[in-house]
Amino acid sequence: MDSVLSEDPVALKILIAGGFGVGKTTLVGSISEIKPLRTEEVLSDRGIGVDDLDGVEAKTTTTVAMDFGRITIREGLVVYLFGTPGQERFWFMWDELSYGALGAVVIADTRRLTDCFPSVDYFEQRGTPFVVAVNCFDGAEQHSVDDVRIALDLDDDVPVMLCDVRRRTSAKEVMITLVEHSLRTLTSAN
Amino acid sequence: MSDSPQWFDEEAGPLVRPYALIRGRTRSSGDAFDLVATVRAIGEPTGELGPEQQLILRAARSPISVADLAVELDLPVGVVRVLLGDMRDHGLISVTSSSAGGARTNERILKEVINGLRAL
Repeated sequence: MDSVLSEDPVALKILIAGGFGVGKTTLVGSISEIKPLRTEEVLSDRGIGVDDLDGVEAKTTTTVAMDFGRITIREGLVVYLFGTPGQERFWFMWDELSYGALGAVVIADTRRLTDCFPSVDYFEQRGTPFVVAVNCFDGAEQHSVDDVRIALDLDDDVPVMLCDVRRRTSAKEVMITLVEHSLRTLTSAN
Repeated sequence: MSDSPQWFDEEAGPLVRPYALIRGRTRSSGDAFDLVATVRAIGEPTGELGPEQQLILRAARSPISVADLAVELDLPVGVVRVLLGDMRDHGLISVTSSSAGGARTNERILKEVINGLRAL
């Protein structure tokens, strides 16, 4: 038993990315106990005019609350989910977040697909395994995963799937698809 | 107690601004700690520790991640990192990172995660 206790816990990191309001928080909350993680960060002037920052132009730091969830697989094996900050001005936080990450889920909304381009570009460039999860919002026109794949110009091996981030089973399926994809990426690299 | 709304305790906001706790520093000594690095208490608390350090020592009696510590202490991650850096320098805690290397490239662990997710 002692050897088990002294073994370092294994912590894996999965990032949840996508445009503002696409369902990142909902996804994290559907599958894990969600907690707000506070990070106090510098606000560059790039944010002004993008968000409603009227009257706070002089503000140079802001508290960014990041969605943070934990899935305990077993004692000593934990998967942490981090919702990446949605706005471009927080991009400098991404490098740290994605360092050593197992992979990423990019949530897409077909009504504004361009919102997820930056996330897709980012993970492609970094070589981080990712899946694209198309969140099927009520009333949104349905598109096939093939349409989305073409629109995003994704490599053939990148999984694209439809999901409903509010549903736990759907969120679970997205996570499993990602880890399976990471595993394939790993074994094909060896 | 009066009926008029008033702010008490935490609702009034922090008495000490977070960055005052760490004397204005924004970087920890040594390497930056990963959000999922594991923190463990290895030293005994001394009287000289501030309340935050004591809370960290207590919380880290069993291994805890940097992110979980920040949530537990309700402090920004940057502040927690600086506190941890000091505490490590004083031999009070150990910080080990598992996300950077082995784990995510370990086939057995990834399979375990997949099965674990299926069983959720």
